[in-house]
Order: sequence, then structure tokens, then C-alpha cells
Amino acid sequence: MKFTHALIEKSAFLLLVFTLIVVAIGGIVEITPLFYLKSTIEKVTGMRPYTPLELAGRNIYVREGCYNCHSQMVRALRDEVERYGHYSLAAESMYDHPFQWGSKRTGPDLARVGGRYSDDWHVAHLGNPRSLVPESIMPGYAFLGRTPLATDDLANHLIANRKVGVPYSDEMIAMAKQDLRAQVDPDGPNADQLLARYPKAQLRNFDGQAALTEMDALVAYLQMLGTLVDFSAYKADENLR
Amino acid sequence: MTVPPNQPAVSLPASALGSISRLFMMALLGGAVFLGLLIAANALDEPMRIHGYLFAAVGVAGLFLMIKAHYDAVERDALLALTGKSPRDGYNDGVVRAGVIATMFWGIAGFLVGLVIALQLAFPVLNFDLPWTNFGRLRPLHTSAVIFAFGGNALIATSFYVVQRTCRVRLAGDVAPWFVFWGYQFFIVLAATGYLLGITQSKEYAEPEWYVDLWLTVVWVVYLLVFLETIRRRSEPHIYVANWFYLSFIVTVAMLHIVNNLSMPVSFFGSKSYSLFSGVQDALTQWWYGHNAVGFFLTAGFLGMMYYFVPKRAERPVYSYRLSILHFWSLIFMYIWAGPHHLHYTALPDWAQTLGMTFSIMLWMPSWGGMINGLMTLSGAWDKLRTDPVIRFLVTAVAFYGMSTFEGPLMSIKSVNALSHYTDWTIGHVHSGALGWVAYITFGAVYHLVPLLWNRSGLYSMKLVSWHFWIASLGIVLYITAMWVSGIMQGLMWRAFDQLGFLQYSFAETVAAMHPFYVIRAMGGALFLGGALLMVYNLWRTVRDPATALAPSESGAAAPAMA
Ligand code: HEC
Ligand code: HEM
Ligand code: HEM
Repeated sequence: MKFTHALIEKSAFLLLVFTLIVVAIGGIVEITPLFYLKSTIEKVTGMRPYTPLELAGRNIYVREGCYNCHSQMVRALRDEVERYGHYSLAAESMYDHPFQWGSKRTGPDLARVGGRYSDDWHVAHLGNPRSLVPESIMPGYAFLGRTPLATDDLANHLIANRKVGVPYSDEMIAMAKQDLRAQVDPDGPNADQLLARYPKAQLRNFDGQAALTEMDALVAYLQMLGTLVDFSAYKADENLR
Repeated sequence: MTVPPNQPAVSLPASALGSISRLFMMALLGGAVFLGLLIAANALDEPMRIHGYLFAAVGVAGLFLMIKAHYDAVERDALLALTGKSPRDGYNDGVVRAGVIATMFWGIAGFLVGLVIALQLAFPVLNFDLPWTNFGRLRPLHTSAVIFAFGGNALIATSFYVVQRTCRVRLAGDVAPWFVFWGYQFFIVLAATGYLLGITQSKEYAEPEWYVDLWLTVVWVVYLLVFLETIRRRSEPHIYVANWFYLSFIVTVAMLHIVNNLSMPVSFFGSKSYSLFSGVQDALTQWWYGHNAVGFFLTAGFLGMMYYFVPKRAERPVYSYRLSILHFWSLIFMYIWAGPHHLHYTALPDWAQTLGMTFSIMLWMPSWGGMINGLMTLSGAWDKLRTDPVIRFLVTAVAFYGMSTFEGPLMSIKSVNALSHYTDWTIGHVHSGALGWVAYITFGAVYHLVPLLWNRSGLYSMKLVSWHFWIASLGIVLYITAMWVSGIMQGLMWRAFDQLGFLQYSFAETVAAMHPFYVIRAMGGALFLGGALLMVYNLWRTVRDPATALAPSESGAAAPAMA
């Protein structure tokens, strides 16, 4: 050992190369299979890409760093399933670039928060959490309701997502702006088209104001979390980990 | 050779190579100004416009610096010609001094933001409900400021110092080390202002967006080249252990950084990008990165620091050379596998979780190999602990390293992690490593370095060092015990069922139960910050006070003997 190691100790080049080889192995063995295994790439019925409004909401979620306090990953443990619902499947975050599983639960898990509260509750809660939950230590986000939603380059966001593998069709990209408007206008002429492209999309004026704000987008995103997969029809043993 | 304080020991040489690299840098900087203005003019979002202007402004400042460097070099060349010395004589300590100042500056900033977010968790009104002051944006500011700005500057500065001493050669390049220094500061400023403006990729410890990542990649590659070339020029036959650790830290961080940040920008003129990976694949890539940010940034790099400063300060050789070989290779091999322990019971396949757990437990051994090597280096010199508070910092750091690398493997066991994951226990673990190990070893190294770098007879006050030690230690104890108690309590409350089989506590009840511990943690943080402020005062007086000035004849000893 001493003899061979003396060689490495005397050559910066050898030290560099050996180090690189040694540190490359673990990652290659662990990560590569995830791109091929059935349980990690299988598509589950119901999953679809985000609507333009949901995607915009998700970007606000990321921007405000909600993931610093909220996880989106229900672990397969009894109390978590009881508290939050069915444990999270790999497929449920297949269109998440990047994933939002989080690492800290200062607040509750949000993977299945969709439909749990009304839109009004969310708007009031986001504006001033302590008005509804006195113990809360969540920051207030009232400014979201005063900030108009930027919609200019939405189609480009869909295109970027498609480049990394989200199946947005040409039509979805072309209609991105129309679909965005349609989602906050349930009685409008383009509602059906939106629903055809994005099944189970929820169409409402989410923040109750006439203007399209960041609050609309964020609440639309929260309300769809965990609602796409129908677990009464889902068979777990077909999706063994 | 007598050098006035605050001056680089040896001037920038105006050798042909120096001029060429300065010209090259000026061309690059000119390009940067142009690019910055182009981006600012076409930016799709406000933060990107601000960063475009910032880029251009830094380019202009850099151009001025290069012109000044040119004239300085001409002047000093004339001086060198008179004394007959070569530009490669002596050590380049100017960049190390700058690094030490940056370390302390960012350290205070990072601890301060840490204290602010700790207070926000205790008293949420402190979020002020503004975009740029809310917890979600400030938390990444804290983690980046302490890990990359404080820790990163400490690593770059000490690696530049150590590699010169242990190779007995001047740092390679004249412009390049300064490019690494300023380029890295610019990376920090881009990242930090970005978080406040809402630019983030949301990947922990890899939050900066694509253009900031690209910039860091450039800086990092130059750092690697400077370090490697310095080793290559060494006048010692062997490469000293500390340099193995520094080198592995630099290379591995480059690999991790590039892979984890692969992403598709929405536009060249916009800040937003979408990660190349999604879902499970993205999660494991992120924690492969995240755990090894711990393993190579916060561990391997700082072990390099330990391997130089502990023996130096104790005036004893490293305890076991064989042990250092063994634990170096096993440490860097095993760390890479441990990422999945951040994803227990998630949608990550079971085999990967088990693999991650196994390697994490095995990791205990090489980690303690390092700890034993560090602590046993003191055998025969333990009395120094009583007389020298600086070595007290270094030794306590190694002890905390031992503690958090015992706690880590414990938390990687799936059944333990079922309780600890998502709770404050993780935060307690993080800070026993971060405050106890990372910050303490840095404090020790900086206390040791400042008198040497500024040609002083010693520190202004050893008593203040001692005060710093006890105040900060009390702060750490408050911090981590509060987090252990609140973390375990939180985990137990979440899983408590009543007799009827229903969940016993609502989430809001668990939040309310944490309040006292958050207050105690913030008090601990305030003490830690207070200690660091004492340190800054002490260092300031050390550099400025006439009492610590060396008599001219003595100062010669500090200058390198490299003729
Ligand atoms: C400082 C940490 C923190 C941040 C940052 C934070 N939250 Fe919260 N959140 C909490 C806490 C604590 C609760 C539980 C108390 C409550 O309901 O207010 C909570 C509750 C919630 C709930 C109710 C969940 C339920 O099941 O009852 C939602 C929805 C929510 N947060 C959304 C968000 C969004 C969206 C963001 C980002 C804009 C965010 N939170 C940022 C701490 C945080
Ligand atoms: C004055 C000292 C410090 C205080 C008061 C402080 C406080 C905090 C707080 C309140 C959090 C957020 C915890 C949460 O979300 O519940 C945090 C997170 C963190 N801090 Fe500190 N901190 C300090 C020093 C440091 C130092 C020196 C380092 C590293 C060298 C560090 C590294 C981190 C990391 C990595 C996290 C994220 C942990 C995770 O995601 O699990 N901190 N800190
Ligand atoms: C043998 C060594 C170690 C092992 C096996 C280990 C293991 C772990 C485990 C199991 C977690 C919890 C993951 C989770 O539940 O989310 C964790 C978190 C963490 N550890 Fe360690 N640890 C080790 C050493 C260290 C050291 C020395 C530091 C130095 C500062 C450190 C810093 C961190 C950080 C920052 C996190 C938080 C990550 C996050 O969730 O954001 N660890 N570690």
C-alpha cells in the first residue's frame, strides 16, 4: 500500500484522476437506474402537465420559497397517511422541474392540500395566516393579491418545459395565453378548450378580484395539488417500489 | 526583506506572462461589460435587468483594477530589477489577507441573517409581510451566506495559504488568484441579491439560477487550475495530506455543481430556468449534490484545514500518516453514496434508500478516523488546551465533528429518520456540525493566521479569544439542545394517536409547542453572533494596535525564505 500510494502522493495529476474516479462511482450506480426502472418512470392515470396558470402559480411558490417550510411528499408512514392522505407516488412529481419534496415541515405537508379548503380561505390565509390560525408562524403574502400576474412570455415557459421532457403539445403552447385567461373565466368561451387540453383543471376566479393577480395563480396551484390521481382506481401492487 | 504591513509581500511581476494574462483579463472584462449591458437592455424581468447592470458595473471596476495592476507591476518590476529578485520569490499573501477579511465579513452577515430568521420563527411579525424580507427568501440567504460566503472564503483563503507553505512555492499566477477571489465575491453578491429579488431554483444549497451557476463554474475552474499548478510547481517531493483534502473538495464540488444545476433557461434574457431532471430523478440528483455539499464543502475542505492548522498550532506532527491515507480514500468514496438518507420513506425506490443508509452508517468509521487523527495529534501537548484558547477552538471543532458524524449515521437509520426527518432535529444536527465544526475550525485558523499575515507579534488579546470561546460555546449548547428537544417533541407529537386511534394533535398545536424552543435557539444564535463580533474587534485591534507591531528585525522571520 505504501509503495503504490507514494506514487499518488507525488503526482498532482494522479491524485486528481484517482479522486475523480473514486467520487464518480457512487452517483453513477445510484442515479442512473432511476431513469430506467418501472416504478420511477411509470405514468399513472390522471397525471397531466400543469395548466399555464398552475405553472405560473408554481413558479410563485418557488420564488417565495414556500418549500423552505412545506414539504410535498407524504411518506409511507401510518400517521402521515392519516394526516395528509395517500402516500405520494413517484409519478405525481414526474412533471416537476424541479421537484418540491422539501426537507423541513415547519408547516404541514401540501402534497394533497388541493380541495381541502375554499379559495376564500386560502386568500385570507395567505394574506394574514394568523387571522385564521392564531398559532401560525407563516409569513403573510398579501402583496401577491396586489401584484398583477406577468403573462408575457408564458409560451416560452411551456417551451422550456417541453425541452426538458414535459409533453406540452404545439397546441398547448400556441394557446398558452388563452388558456391562462380561460381558467379564471369559467363562463367564458374558451373554457371547454382548456378542459379538453387539461382534464380536471379547476376554473374559477380564485382571488375574487377582477384583476388577474399572482394570488390567482398561487391559489390555482394549491387547489390542484394532489387532485390528479384517482386513488380509488389506483392499484398499489402494480406500482411496487 | 522587510515589508510594510498591508502590502503584498511580493509585487505583481510584469513578466511577459503577467502582461499577457492582464491583457486577456481586460478583453474578458470588456466582454463582460458589453454582455451585461446587452442583458440589461433586453431583460425580460426586473431582477435580470438589475443583474445585467451589476455585471457591467463589475466589468468596469475590473478594468480599472487591471489598469492599476499594470502600473503597479511596472513600478515593482523596476524594484525587483534593483534587488535582483525573481517575481516568483516569496509567497502571495495578499490574496490570503483579502480572503480572511471576506471570511469574517460574510460570517457576520450570515450569522446575522441566521439570527433574523430564527427570530422570525419565534415572532412571525418580523417577516413584515414584504416580498424581500420574508422567511422564504431569507432562509436561502442565510444558508448561502454561511456555507458559501463564510465557509467558501475560509476554504479558498486557507487553501491558498496552506498550499504555498506545504509546497514551499509561490501561488501560481498573479491575476488568476485575484480573479478567483473577486469572481467568487461577485458570485456571492449575485446569489444574495437574487434571493432577495426572488430568483431561485429552489434546490437547497444550489438556489442560484443558471447564469450565476455558469459564472461560478468559470471561477471554480480557475481555482482548480491555480491550485493544481501550484502543487505541480512544488519544491517538496510529497503532496501534503491537507492538499489531498483541499483538492478533492475542489474537484468534487465542480462535478456536483455542474450535474445538479443542469437546466433549461426560458430565455437568454430571463432569470428563470427549468431543471433538466424532474421528480424522483431530480430529488436524488439534488440530494446526491446536497449531501456531498456537506461531505466535500463542509467536511473534506475543512479537514484539509484541520490537517494543517491543528499540527501547526500544537507543534506536533500528524498522529498517523497511514490513518490519513486510509480515511481519506474511504471518506471520499463512501460520502457519495449517502445521499438517499435524505429521502427515506419517500417515492425513491427502497433499494436506493437501503444503500444510502448502509453507506451512511459505514461513513461513521472514516469520519472518526479523521477525528482520531486530529485529536491524537495533540498527544503530549494537551496542556496547550489550558494555555492557548486558539487551540481550544481547533480541538473543540474536531470534537464537534466527531459528534455530528456520530449523530448523522444514527439519523440515517430508517426507523430513526422516520422520526427525525422534516423536524428540528435535522436543524440541530446541521448546526452542531455548522457552528461546532465548520465555524470553530475557521475561527481557530483565522486567529492563528491574522498575526502571521499582518506581521504582528501576536493577537491583541488572548483573553478576548477565551471570552469568544465560552460565549459562542454557550450559544451552541443552547441552540442544539433546544433543537433536539423541539425536534424530537415535534416528531412524537405528529405521530401520537389517542385511545380511539385518531391523531392526537392538530398541526397548529405542534407549531405552538415549538415557540419556547425557538426563543431559546434565537438566544443561542445571538450569543454566537456576539462572540463573532468580539472576534472581529480583537482582529481589528491586532492589525491596528501599535502594541502588537513587530520590531523591524523580528518581522523578517515572517517573510518567506525562498531565495
Ligand atoms: C415560516 C414558514 C412558512 C413559510 C415560508 C410558508 N408557510 Fe405555509 N404554513 C406554515 C405553518 C406553520 C402553517 C400551519 C399553520 C397555519 O395554517 O397557518 C402553514 C400552513 C399553510 C397552509 C395550510 C395547510 C393546511 O393543510 O392546513 C397552506 C395552504 C400554506 N401554508 C401555504 C403556503 C404557501 C403557498 C407559502 C408560500 C407562499 C407558504 N405557506 C409559506 C409555515 C410557513
Ligand atoms: C448565529 C448563528 C446561526 C443562527 C441563529 C442560525 C439559524 C438558522 C435558522 C433559524 C435556520 C432555519 C431553520 C428552520 O428552517 O427551521 C437555519 C438553517 C440552516 N443553517 Fe443556520 N444559523 C446560524 C449559523 C449557521 C452556520 C454558521 C451555518 C453553516 C456553516 C449554518 C447552516 C445552516 C443550514 C445548512 C441550514 C439549513 C438546514 C436544513 O435545511 O436542514 N447556520 N439556521
Ligand atoms: C457521517 C457523517 C454524517 C451523516 C451520515 C449525516 C447524516 C445526515 C442525515 C441522516 C440527515 C437528515 C436528512 C433528513 O432527514 O432530511 C442529515 C442532514 C444534514 N446534515 Fe448531516 N450527516 C453527517 C455529517 C454532517 C456534518 C459533518 C455536517 C456539517 C455541517 C452535516 C450537515 C448536514 C446538513 C446541512 C443537513 C440538512 C440537509 C437538509 O435537509 O437541508 N452533516 N445528515
